[in-house]
Amino acid sequence: MSGFGITRATLAKDLRLEWRSKDAINSMLFFALLVVVIFSFSFDPTAEESRRIAGGLVWVAFLFAAVVALNQTWARELRNQVLDAYRVSPAPANALFLAKALGNFIFVSVLEALMTPLFIVFYNLRALGPAYQLLVVAVLGTWALVVNGTFFAAMSVRTRSREIMLPLLLFPITIPALLAMVEATSAILTGEFSARFWIVLLAAYDVVFTMASLFLFELVLHAE
Amino acid sequence: MKRAFPILAILTALLLSYGLYGALIVAPTERTMGEVQRIFYYHVPSAWTAFTLFFLNLAASVVYLIRRNPRADAIAFAAAEVGVVFCTVVLVTGPIWARPVWGIWWTWDLRLTLTLVLWLIYVSYLVLRRFSSSGQTPVMAAVLAVFGALDVPLVYFSIWFFRTQHPQPVVGGGGSIDPRMLHVLLINWAAFSCFAALVCWSRYRLEVLRREVEETQALESLLEAGNQR
Repeated sequence: MSGFGITRATLAKDLRLEWRSKDAINSMLFFALLVVVIFSFSFDPTAEESRRIAGGLVWVAFLFAAVVALNQTWARELRNQVLDAYRVSPAPANALFLAKALGNFIFVSVLEALMTPLFIVFYNLRALGPAYQLLVVAVLGTWALVVNGTFFAAMSVRTRSREIMLPLLLFPITIPALLAMVEATSAILTGEFSARFWIVLLAAYDVVFTMASLFLFELVLHAE
Repeated sequence: MKRAFPILAILTALLLSYGLYGALIVAPTERTMGEVQRIFYYHVPSAWTAFTLFFLNLAASVVYLIRRNPRADAIAFAAAEVGVVFCTVVLVTGPIWARPVWGIWWTWDLRLTLTLVLWLIYVSYLVLRRFSSSGQTPVMAAVLAVFGALDVPLVYFSIWFFRTQHPQPVVGGGGSIDPRMLHVLLINWAAFSCFAALVCWSRYRLEVLRREVEETQALESLLEAGNQR
């Protein structure tokens, strides 16, 4: 089977598993909902203020929720030694990584699509800048979270106390991406300045870490 | 090689004491900042040393990924650990200096933020080393070091732009430096580098010994199990 075929097959398997169990999406959704409610209790902002802080709130909520899904990415493969089977199979490691990253991208995107209306309602948001750019920021930002998250989840699943390890590895590296997402979103919502630099930075982050992950994933998968 | 260690230790002790003497007595008092500026002779050399050690960690990690030499991994580990200690010194002495001079403990300035993010990345590196099971640790740690290095330019640009949008912090102006101050600074830098090399070296030897002990113990328990059978 070609690399593309393996990617497609693994992705289809993950999506089917998720569609039947809905484990990841349900836990992510409820977690994000809790974060939104707790944030709106603790800040209670006016419309003007909320526009300024919403970028930070939205992305922090998504980051925390994404960690819930990312932790399950590889944990599922540990049962019945599926990961060991991958390791001995001749399938390229990149194809497997790409399938997992795409799967997580879909899960987190679904979460964002469902949570964004809730944010708009709770914080009375309305974009004063060009709103179509929010879509670009969402796609690039989600990929930035997911590509490193999938990679580090593969590392943390091999450690003791694996669930705690993922955020400890992911958050320091994600700082520039998170800053870019938050600032770009705030820029678009307030309309005060251009989000272009941040979008370019996010794109650069995505390119750099996608290449690095594809290049180094084989080492991590076969680390013994 | 064995005799070089005590020589380096004596050299370090001499340089450190001369550096302390220079920082407290020889160097002139700074005109606007006063005596508190003398922390500069510890703050800046620590920063340079920490960055050198992080760079050494990256180089050793890359060598490990290519050659799979366990000694390279031990060097990377020692450099990261000592680097985090020096970086902590930087992050602690920084606010102590900033408070009386700038009037604030902390500002999200480019250099401060970059140092903090580097510190965070390397703390996560050490946590990873601590929590992963022994066989896989070197590869995963080396991969994380590479990811951290890729992150640095991105952090740099993001903070640089973040800062140009927001009010500029009050940074102690650059300009020229008194040659006597520069002299003391360089002496202290040499002293700190020697000190770092000394600590790294003994940490490296300890790490190599620890691995040897582990291997011997594993071998012994294997032999014992074989004898009992």
